[in-house]
Amino acid sequence: MSLNDLFTEIILDHYQHPHNHGLIPNPTYSSRGFNESCGDDVQVSVLIKNGIIADARFSGAGCSISQASASIMTDLVKGKSIEEAKKLASRFYDMVKGTEGEYGEEMGDAISLQGVAKFPVRVKCATLGWHTLEEAFAKNDGPNSSEETK
Amino acid sequence: MRSDIKNDFPIFANWREKGKPLIYLDSAATTQKPARVIDAVSEYYSRYNANVHRGTYELSQLATDLYENSRTAVARFINAERAESIVFTRNATESLNLIAYAWGLNNLKKGDEVILSDMEHHSNLVPWHIISRHTGAVLKFIRMNSDFQLDLQSLKDNIGPRTKVVSVVHVSNVLGTINPVKEICRLAHEAGAIAIVDGAQSAPHMPVDVREIGCDFYALSGHKMCGPTGIGALYARYELLERMEPFLGGGEMINEVFPTTSNYAKPPYKFEAGTPNIAGAVGLKAAVEYLEAVGLKEVEEHEIALGDYAARRLAEIEGVRIFRPKTTGTGVVSFTVENVHPHDISTILDSEGVAIRAGHHCAQPLMRKLQVQSTARASFYIYNDKSDVEVLASALEKGIALFRPRKKADVTK
Repeated sequence: MSLNDLFTEIILDHYQHPHNHGLIPNPTYSSRGFNESCGDDVQVSVLIKNGIIADARFSGAGCSISQASASIMTDLVKGKSIEEAKKLASRFYDMVKGTEGEYGEEMGDAISLQGVAKFPVRVKCATLGWHTLEEAFAKNDGPNSSEETK
Repeated sequence: MRSDIKNDFPIFANWREKGKPLIYLDSAATTQKPARVIDAVSEYYSRYNANVHRGTYELSQLATDLYENSRTAVARFINAERAESIVFTRNATESLNLIAYAWGLNNLKKGDEVILSDMEHHSNLVPWHIISRHTGAVLKFIRMNSDFQLDLQSLKDNIGPRTKVVSVVHVSNVLGTINPVKEICRLAHEAGAIAIVDGAQSAPHMPVDVREIGCDFYALSGHKMCGPTGIGALYARYELLERMEPFLGGGEMINEVFPTTSNYAKPPYKFEAGTPNIAGAVGLKAAVEYLEAVGLKEVEEHEIALGDYAARRLAEIEGVRIFRPKTTGTGVVSFTVENVHPHDISTILDSEGVAIRAGHHCAQPLMRKLQVQSTARASFYIYNDKSDVEVLASALEKGIALFRPRKKADVTK
């Protein structure tokens, strides 16, 4: 396995120039995720309009894989329903864990994270943003609790 | 250091995973094991295995002798006044918890003060958090200065009649700083407090004399000093052990047991409930003897020289920032690299066969003081030499090139 399989140009580009970076002022859902062992920290917020993810943003600090993956994720889920985003998350987990399958167009730039499967210690980095997104959706307090939007 | 010392450690010849030699720079996390230690453990199980302290047959007596000989060896290693001052534990973490629970819980009350420092490992923080919640004791901190050394004035300013415990790390696992524990213990005793030294990062790396330091308690981990995992020790002044309540209850630690009450064995047995890690103790004795044969003074000089060299070499690389004191450093070199996250550094180095640690090193409060989320850390031991530093430095340069800042590209949508 080569380092270039992991640190692809697309990943380094997302890491150095993240998309959708920042927080949505009045998000419908938001959550914050940590990797305790390495200190990666990702905050994800999404805005739902008419059942569709109208905006998704992230902020945080961490390694190239965690930050690039979150950047790619926010690109990917925009325009999708929550259910579609969750399905995509599950496809993504399969891909970075090395589960056999066809990962095509629908993965967008996330396909560049396929190499993570060869670096088992980095899987947690790649999945942090997606897990945080799912946690945001799962929060009991549901859409838009006011203190989260302060 | 003799040049063939690597041959004492079978892992270096056995490691073939990457088709590259193992450059192991994570000895502050755990050291590799010499054949002598591995063989001692194996021989114990093959020839002497039996339970200790209660057998009425020769094999059990042999196992008991091996276990107790290890206690004597550990006592000699840190110059404890008597073997009975050594309690076997799982590791330094358990040793520190033993003090916090068995001493702290029973001797601290609301408003009492426990002084720790800015550079403690979680193992010397979290137990005191728990005890302070139970007792209402207050935690205070010896501050760190800009050269990554403890500021003793901040201890002098805070210590007083309410201070009941001063507990500090001897050598920082992140910064490598050797703290002036002798002076700290003196100040603690002047104030009537007990003095605890976390020796997890000193016992493996330098001659340690607990009587010279003057501490009441000293904690060490076997696996950080060539010994097996799962065995550690607590040194304590014997009178303190006699006055302390037990930590864990069960077999081995009792004298008489009745349905509703019991009384306890003498220390150190009072603190060794259940069948202990006998094989671990046997391995620890082999480790102690191995290190004594190498010579702790030589270990210390070798590591400091290597740490100095590595810090100088890495500092020559653009973007590298070193977290290590100018004069009191050891073989621990923490660093960050501009634009490259420590976890990425670790992956890059790993691909070159270089094993380092990246993360918060179980010292989150210290990370906040340093205003970093995490660091990369190379930690050297007796089996490392300058050539390892060169491989580290060139692998790092390669990684930095990979992560060179790019203009925003068209490769993404």
